[in-house]
Amino acid sequence: MNLPIEASIDSVQSALLAPNGLEMDDLERVLASIMQHDVDYADLYFQASRFESWALEDGIVTDGVHSVEQGVGARAVSGEKSGFAYSDEIALPALQAAAVAARAIARQGQDKRIKAWARTEGHALYLPADPLGSLGDRAKVELLELLDREARKLDPRVKQVNASLAGGYDIVLLAATDGTHAADVRPLVRLNVSVIVEQDGRREQGSSGGGSRRDYQYFMDNDALLARDYAKEAVRQALVNLEAQAAPAGTMSVVLGSGWPGVLLHEAIGHGLEGDFNRKGTSAFSGRVGERVGSELCTVVDDGTLEHRRGSLNIDDEGVPTENTVLIEKGVLKGYMQDKLNARLMGVASTGNGRRESYAHLPMPRMTNTYMLPGQHAPEEIIASVKNGLYAVNFGGGQVDITSGKFVFSASEAYMIEDGKVTYPVKGATLIGNGPDVLQRVSMVGNDLALDAGVGTCGKEGQSVPVGVGQPTLLVDGLTVGGTNV
Amino acid sequence: MSHATEKEQAALAAVAEQVLQLAKAQGASAAEAAVSEESGLSVNVRLGEVETIEFNKDKGLGITVYFGQRKGTASSADFSSAALEDAVRAACSIATFTAEDPYAGLADAERMATEIPDLDLYYPWDLTPEAAIAQAKVCEDAARSYDAKISNSEGASLSSHAGTRVYANSHGFIGSYSTSRHSISCSVIAEDEKGMQRDYWYSVARDGKDLEAAVEVGKKTAARTLQRLGGRRIDTCKVPVLFAADVAGSLVSHMITAIRGGNLYRESSFLLNKLGEQIFPEFVHIHERPHMKKELGSAPYDSEGVATYARDLVRDGVLQGYVLDSYSARKLKMESTGNAGGVHNVLIEPGELDQQGLLREMGTGLLVTELLGMGVNTVTGDYSRGAAGFWVENGVIAYPVDEITIASNLSDMFMQLQAVGSDVDYRSNIKCGSLLIDAMTVAGT
Repeated sequence: MNLPIEASIDSVQSALLAPNGLEMDDLERVLASIMQHDVDYADLYFQASRFESWALEDGIVTDGVHSVEQGVGARAVSGEKSGFAYSDEIALPALQAAAVAARAIARQGQDKRIKAWARTEGHALYLPADPLGSLGDRAKVELLELLDREARKLDPRVKQVNASLAGGYDIVLLAATDGTHAADVRPLVRLNVSVIVEQDGRREQGSSGGGSRRDYQYFMDNDALLARDYAKEAVRQALVNLEAQAAPAGTMSVVLGSGWPGVLLHEAIGHGLEGDFNRKGTSAFSGRVGERVGSELCTVVDDGTLEHRRGSLNIDDEGVPTENTVLIEKGVLKGYMQDKLNARLMGVASTGNGRRESYAHLPMPRMTNTYMLPGQHAPEEIIASVKNGLYAVNFGGGQVDITSGKFVFSASEAYMIEDGKVTYPVKGATLIGNGPDVLQRVSMVGNDLALDAGVGTCGKEGQSVPVGVGQPTLLVDGLTVGGTNV
Repeated sequence: MSHATEKEQAALAAVAEQVLQLAKAQGASAAEAAVSEESGLSVNVRLGEVETIEFNKDKGLGITVYFGQRKGTASSADFSSAALEDAVRAACSIATFTAEDPYAGLADAERMATEIPDLDLYYPWDLTPEAAIAQAKVCEDAARSYDAKISNSEGASLSSHAGTRVYANSHGFIGSYSTSRHSISCSVIAEDEKGMQRDYWYSVARDGKDLEAAVEVGKKTAARTLQRLGGRRIDTCKVPVLFAADVAGSLVSHMITAIRGGNLYRESSFLLNKLGEQIFPEFVHIHERPHMKKELGSAPYDSEGVATYARDLVRDGVLQGYVLDSYSARKLKMESTGNAGGVHNVLIEPGELDQQGLLREMGTGLLVTELLGMGVNTVTGDYSRGAAGFWVENGVIAYPVDEITIASNLSDMFMQLQAVGSDVDYRSNIKCGSLLIDAMTVAGT
């Protein structure tokens, strides 16, 4: 596990630079050429990735896709301005051209020095190994076929099974004028299954899956226990939905289950605490550090340092080691998530949250794994305390308007609570609330913190990055539930 | 078409042909390749200063090989001979592991486009960063100076992109065309004692000359944002809902998703087996028009080389056809509708009334101008989304509304459509006026 970080930088360099006839000295000269303009900071981000996916439907694996991508992005920052260009060729002429384009953001000025390289000591949260080769292609196909068989044998009402297996392998190298010299090797795997069940002409779906910064053995261990669990979970959810009745409409107490329902924190709180929106004053949380934004029961962190987690990174995409950043402590807003640019402009340090989809995208403050710390109550106690309300266990996606603070997220599995007891399932309903307000309404926090299974992808300004979420069971006094039943 | 473009098309075509040759040499019985190149510029100006200048230049290759009924796919952004060989080898290797799929294969040879009409889609714009910045500044200034309550800005952006795509397959089909796409957008924030609200506006066109004037985009952005100030919740109720034109297209896109071949053969659609049945009231007609000149959704052939053609999706409220590529068509024992890769310019035939007229027709209810979240279930048609807009009384806007949800089932919403507006929003692939739905559940306080 603990491959020396020195060896990691060297191996990444020999994979990304050497075959293209580049050395660190070339990078230094290119960065120096950018600094001939009135630029505060510049960086070069080299990346090579491999990705594959295999898809099953109607009982057979019908398609597989393999893709490779590589390139370099050059960025120049001057005050609040960023100039950015990239090339899918890793070669000196292309790099020089990108540098000339990026530095056009600022006028020609004095020749600033660049700092001597300082190798970044990143975390070692995952093995720097390529997951694509960790399992033979035949075995990948058989894993998907196993999911199909498992799902179908669980219940005769299962009519359709779709499953997919995906693996990615990303190597990145950073060189920046502040002396940053860092590298990371990032594996990521994911397995998904969705089913359609039918009974008396009614069709419903259920889906499940998981992933990790590991190789495919993650799904194969213990006779593919995890993979079988995904199949079971997808079928269970679909069968629950067959029984679901119309959801209520209106404002009521809502108990949110542990784990993936933490998408609430991601949407309602997380985005609003990203440094860029707060530097610009466009977030409903802007200028509120030190203020109470939640009940005393709420402590929320963004933690990029968890081993093997989908949202974790040894270093962020600006070469800064990720951190466990306290966002809200006992209800009080502590700070924002920062990348280098916004940290500098706000006079704070980067929190290791500078992320980008690829070399062809500009970095910005993004979440890693965002979750709430556990409280005192058993989940059963929390449910028992509710006279009438909703128990929402699983969710699809969500969205937020960071300026007004309004957020939504859609339940995919929910139940009514009547007199402290979970009674019958209701159809997926969208929940809507106001970010700065919702944590103030959290009146009970469970002792059952769980993180999601590793399926989250977050979109911001057209860029997608893998993230994690989590929370214990929570009681929110008064969320608007968007069902049809008035 | 310019000489430079012809040269670019020829270079990409050579890559496609080389890849097909390599596939053949590896023993593939059939193959198809898509090759593309795109470049562009985007600038963003915020509070009167440049915020970002981004230069884009992307290229890509996708190759699919068939060994009999087995299929494999690979992609690469590197066009060197070694990289092309690697990609073909990867695709061929995958095809040794995928299963025999009786429905796999290229689209039928006789469906290949034989003529490639010039749809007037390519207007490269010789736009310098300085000129782009100047326009974006004009746009943002117009928004910021519109009213004192405009307190902050997310900026104004101008972007210009142009590129070329080639598609070739082992039937001997090879086609290429170039397209451009330019846009200007703005987003500002208004503030009063109750808090901040944000909204945006944009214009997009194949030809930069067809973009809405920067000043107008800025003014519209400001006016839309100001209107939202003081948004409040309303009591939970069941009322008529008018979807403004720029969000109404989403309802048509849910219909399109539900009649896509993939969702039909997987039996995961609320419109399963509805071909020939009434899914809208009789006054509703929905067309697909792939050959409209200069339009954003136009394409001479689909992503399998199948000629696209004009047709009715819905006539007199009755569903006339599905949205099929060759694979889903074979699974459903039907014919491809030339929709590999999606639909091309869907138009819902406009009615007589503009939005004002529809508000009067609605009387009392909700005007929805923004939708949030993904609460649409294609399997069941269940619909529940976050919304913002305006409460309407006696045909007149009374006050802004936010933090509410609207819910129903799409099958019911379609049948309960009361009117289609004349105020068609032409900016997207789905061209739709405002839509008035008889009744939906609004969840609020």
